[in-house]
Amino acid sequence: MASIISVQNLTKTYKSGFQALKSVNLEIKAGEILALLGPNGAGKTTLISTICGIVQPTSGSVTVGGHDVVRDFRAARNLIGLVPQEIALEAFETVFDAVSFSRGLHGKAPAPAHIEKVLRQLSLWDKQDSPIMPLSGGMKRRVLIAKALAHEPRVLFLDEPTAGVDVELRKDMWAVVAGLKADGVTIILTTHYIEEAEAIADRVGIVNKGEILLVQDKAELMQQMGQKQLQVDLAEPVTVVPEALARYALDLGPEGRSLIYTYDTKGERTGIVTLLTDVRAAGLHITDLATRQSSLEDIFVGLVRDNA
Amino acid sequence: MNTQAIRVIFHKEMARFFRTIIESLISPVISTSLYFVVFGAAIGSRIETVDGVTYGAFIVPGLIMLTVITQSVSNASFAINFQKFSGTIYELLSAPISATEIVIGYVGAAAAKSVLIGLVILATAYLFVDLPIAHPLAMLALLALTSFSFSLFGFIIGIWAKDFQQLQLIPLLVLTPLIFLGGSFYSVDMLPGIWRSIALFNPVVYLVSVFRWSFFDTADVPIAVSLLAIALFTALCLAVVWWIFRTGWRIRQ
Repeated sequence: MASIISVQNLTKTYKSGFQALKSVNLEIKAGEILALLGPNGAGKTTLISTICGIVQPTSGSVTVGGHDVVRDFRAARNLIGLVPQEIALEAFETVFDAVSFSRGLHGKAPAPAHIEKVLRQLSLWDKQDSPIMPLSGGMKRRVLIAKALAHEPRVLFLDEPTAGVDVELRKDMWAVVAGLKADGVTIILTTHYIEEAEAIADRVGIVNKGEILLVQDKAELMQQMGQKQLQVDLAEPVTVVPEALARYALDLGPEGRSLIYTYDTKGERTGIVTLLTDVRAAGLHITDLATRQSSLEDIFVGLVRDNA
Repeated sequence: MNTQAIRVIFHKEMARFFRTIIESLISPVISTSLYFVVFGAAIGSRIETVDGVTYGAFIVPGLIMLTVITQSVSNASFAINFQKFSGTIYELLSAPISATEIVIGYVGAAAAKSVLIGLVILATAYLFVDLPIAHPLAMLALLALTSFSFSLFGFIIGIWAKDFQQLQLIPLLVLTPLIFLGGSFYSVDMLPGIWRSIALFNPVVYLVSVFRWSFFDTADVPIAVSLLAIALFTALCLAVVWWIFRTGWRIRQ
């Protein structure tokens, strides 16, 4: 698939001297959902802000739909909708006016029918005449999303969309995202919730200290992370894994006080029940069991630590 | 040119004004009325005519200028500073609009409000004094030009100010003295020697002078000089705004 966004050797050093982006290269495919994962201060927001025009790049270039975001900013920004991380709204404006304003800023003629569609999608239609101030935090976030969608963008940036958001809104939001994807809209979201990336992304990029450590297909990553470990604590320590349990490829825990079984959660049979039967048959007494997910989080934490 | 964007910015700013129409208009009207009572009726009755005009009528152009200048600066500076303060400026920065469109929208709206307020004060003045307008078209043009140039000035202050205290600083420290010493309540000719020379460095003197001319056909300083001074001030503000957007100073990191 062709790239809709191409980031080349992008660097950003703030006036304070802080280097937020160190020569970032990134190709974003048209129609995909890309999740950018990273700890706070990794540079996710700076990267998005630079693509959207809020931050001036120090060097390097970004094109959106083939348009350079600096030289040809009008064409580039026409394609982009941005949902910022912080809730920034004018308190006394009504929901409908706020969303219509965003459409107008993008040079599009008023289209009440489209605004209505967006508001209905986000369950905001019955609030259309309400000023923004009395709305709940979740509702305000919906308004931000509606504003970003008002001009029918081809690329939507969601900067930490689910920070402090309840389950219902999260579901609504994913439904909207799925609908947009079906319409061919490219979606880039930043998050530090790994489950979020798991839930909707096609690809996952891991960002740390101004660099993109990896960008990988989610399915591939899931294969690496779809493993789980079962720790079987033993009453009496052992020095080697008993012969009878060889077929489970067990690892020995610290001081031989436990056996560690790695299994695939996606497999049809995990083999836990037979393992436990065999452990008992081998004459070992089990004192406790613990399971642990080797998750994207582990991969992520590992990568971020290695990079530190 | 993204005219749609200019339209929505202008409309939104005016909507804010009309949402608080009572507050927006009542405070200038009340303060102007107070000036009339104090200066026009109480003190003015003891002052003879100035340049052949009753004192009550003489102060009207100066009072309008006084209010138009302060309102322009405060409206325009607040409008853009609030975007920075609330974070909503992200939308302006990420929209396909240029500096020109942002300035036309915000400064245009602030200036339009000031013109409206100026006209309301003029109407209020008629309740107190009989007022000739020698050059009505020039009067309107000068009102609009002053509103525009000081809205531009306010826009710059709004971008410069990092908080609400700074937002008040320039109007309080610079603008108020300039306006009060700008000949709103007296003719520069009434000042003694050295003060008269000093007053000529005050740009507001030129504004008030030419505006008074549009009413009474007499001016403290030549009209051409006044117009030149206003043009220079406007050009200076435009240059600063152009520089702000070119460098992203205090708006785009």
